[in-house]
Amino acid sequence: MQRRVVIVGTGHAAAQLASSLRQQDWQGEILLVGEEPHAPYQRPPLSKSYLAGERKADSILIRPAAAYASHGVDLLTGRRVVSIDRVAKVVALNDGQQLSYDKLALCTGARARHASIPGVESPGVFYLRTLADVDGIRVNISPGKSAVIIGGGYIGLEAAAVLRGLGMAVTLLELEARVLSRVCASEVSAFYAGVHREEGVDIHTGVEVLSIENGDGIRVVVCADGSRFPADLIIIGVGVIPNVELAEACGLATDNGILVDEFARTSDPDIVAAGDCTNHPNELLGRRVRLESVPNAVEQAKTAAGTLCDRPVPYQSYPWFWSDQYDLKLQIAGLSEGYDQVVLRGGKDRQRGFVAWYLRGGRLLAADCINRPKEFMVARQLLARGLAVDPVALADETIDPKNWLS
Amino acid sequence: MPLIHYVEANGAEYEAEVPVGQSVMQGAVDNMIDGILGECGGVCSCATCHCYVDEDWFDKVGPPEGSEQLMLEMVPAPEPTSRLSCQIKVTAELDGLVVRLPVSQY
Repeated sequence: MQRRVVIVGTGHAAAQLASSLRQQDWQGEILLVGEEPHAPYQRPPLSKSYLAGERKADSILIRPAAAYASHGVDLLTGRRVVSIDRVAKVVALNDGQQLSYDKLALCTGARARHASIPGVESPGVFYLRTLADVDGIRVNISPGKSAVIIGGGYIGLEAAAVLRGLGMAVTLLELEARVLSRVCASEVSAFYAGVHREEGVDIHTGVEVLSIENGDGIRVVVCADGSRFPADLIIIGVGVIPNVELAEACGLATDNGILVDEFARTSDPDIVAAGDCTNHPNELLGRRVRLESVPNAVEQAKTAAGTLCDRPVPYQSYPWFWSDQYDLKLQIAGLSEGYDQVVLRGGKDRQRGFVAWYLRGGRLLAADCINRPKEFMVARQLLARGLAVDPVALADETIDPKNWLS
Repeated sequence: MPLIHYVEANGAEYEAEVPVGQSVMQGAVDNMIDGILGECGGVCSCATCHCYVDEDWFDKVGPPEGSEQLMLEMVPAPEPTSRLSCQIKVTAELDGLVVRLPVSQY
């Protein structure tokens, strides 16, 4: 009998899950259902090369739309799953269609966290999460005009870099005392803030945005300290929240994400979940995490496919991330949360790059590698293999990092 | 269109027609060949598209350079003909290229 998997979502996890199911010989139908009108596309370029206009929409597709059909995967775009009936094993779509399933995969991702400030609905104000968001932003990019970015995380900083490159006057407002405060050591924050200032970005930290005034075609961002920033374009990058509502509504266990085990199984044996929407255990970290990253989406989706094909392989991998700003390639291995020591390798030099190693009790937790691809790869292996390195050696540029692995 | 042969670590073989100018990584992703992940989308940030170029083809493909070379030194199980497949652009000359894929990309 023909069996059917319905995959809810069309992000990175969904695209990988479809591919891995086919590869693992899932005999039966695979349906991808997603609200966005596009075939699955890569999200990271949205705040980088796609925002810069260097790449077109077709070139950021994960694979051409036709590739799904040719591998027997049905792509239902522009449609949203509105409810899940776990007893009847049926999902209902917003166009009234009902799809029965044998297995269900929730790859619902995350959405931009909305700022609750008056005036946020004004024209010219955008979040940066979807292709449609960026298409909206691009119409408002104009050299010499002013952009205000609310939020000094990776998205805000990447957008600032691109908009400066396109000749806009850019102001960046951050609520915390420094940019990247949630994810980086103060040394790394200071380095990035310095680079952005060199490039002409006007950074203000410790400022709370109160409202956005809108009149006569110009917006003004008003802050609690009384400062006012006129803007032709406003981008808000204040994080994301996981899309758990569908899972919650049908009674699946959730807690800051859809709760899954190391095999990507939810509390329903016929439903798996993968990607930004999941809260999953990580044995290497010794705790549960919810991650917002492509590697997490891809690798967890592979595990979910294995689970559905009765080839269970636990998902256990150290998180990693990347961010491109100007000529700087930041590659991050591990999670620095909870560190009690930071060791720098290199002199915070923009050309030569440097590494910030994060340790707790002498044990390596993470590494921020700026233009240091070799150290990044070594850091991933050190973490995966649980190898210890003397903090003094981590700072010593005369030692080839390769030696730490032998 | 050049034909590229992908050989998974378990021996499974796939062939795919990959347009000139596209990367060997993208050819695998387009054809749902799972032994290559390409998590970073081809910007040489992740090393999850590692492959071993067949020895007979290595001269035509050429060695890695710059950050690709630095990252390849540190991938799991590197070999002398290791490349990151996002950095191999398909040309007419590479019609028939054979690449083997590692057991795992991470």
